[in-house]
Amino acid sequence: MRFSDFVCVSAIRAELKATDKPSAVQELVASLVAAEAVPAAQQDGIVKAILKREELGSTGIGRGVAVPHAKHPSVDRLIGTIGVSSAGIDFNSLDGENVHLFFLLVSPPDRPRDHLLALESISRQLRDDAFCRVLKNAKSVADIQTLLNEADHSQAGS
Amino acid sequence: MTHSRINRVVTVVNPLGIHLRPAALIANTANRFAAQIEVVKGGDRFDARSVLSLLTLAASQGTQLAFQAHGPDAEPALDALAELFAQGFHELEAASERAAPAAGLDP
Repeated sequence: MRFSDFVCVSAIRAELKATDKPSAVQELVASLVAAEAVPAAQQDGIVKAILKREELGSTGIGRGVAVPHAKHPSVDRLIGTIGVSSAGIDFNSLDGENVHLFFLLVSPPDRPRDHLLALESISRQLRDDAFCRVLKNAKSVADIQTLLNEADHSQAGS
Repeated sequence: MTHSRINRVVTVVNPLGIHLRPAALIANTANRFAAQIEVVKGGDRFDARSVLSLLTLAASQGTQLAFQAHGPDAEPALDALAELFAQGFHELEAASERAAPAAGLDP
């Protein structure tokens, strides 16, 4: 799966204002609402579902990256957005590091395979130190978009 | 002192496959042992101690994975991992516990 298959470009945030876990999730879900990728009426429900999932164990997977996510019936396909926090946010990560990079995913309840494929795309790129570094230092949505396109391209070529 | 390499094939039985929580469980378990543990798939090797590495497997339900361990405690390490897979990463019982409250969701 390519980033362009699930990342909603107009919902990407290069400078998150949030300073803690609930406000980061809130800000990213609000970005999906603003991009009309999810219905406004479902915003609170999606935020709640994602925070409830965090209670089962942090989605901060290490290396300054978190993948907050939830299943929600308001979407009919996997949809995601990306947020960057230059200050870093305490997300109770597995390795205790603050999170600078967020990949937030909302998936339909009946598509576990798509969720796995999105995690695969994300984790494969994150193993690349250069990708991680450049993305964390990205200053604009255009920067992030360029990087995602490059990643999609190299995946298509491999 | 040399240790032989031990292989074990396991099957992903939980419906959701190896998503984040199972990957973290596998990595945590692998990290409890001194043995070097890898998953071999299609000629590539994946570090069983790394969540990122495990997620790149995108292993869905029914996938068979070959674990390979090398080290003094390779045998108990693979036993522990095989047990995790056999129990569906404890998700099967968790799903039935959650089924009741989920049915009562507000419209």
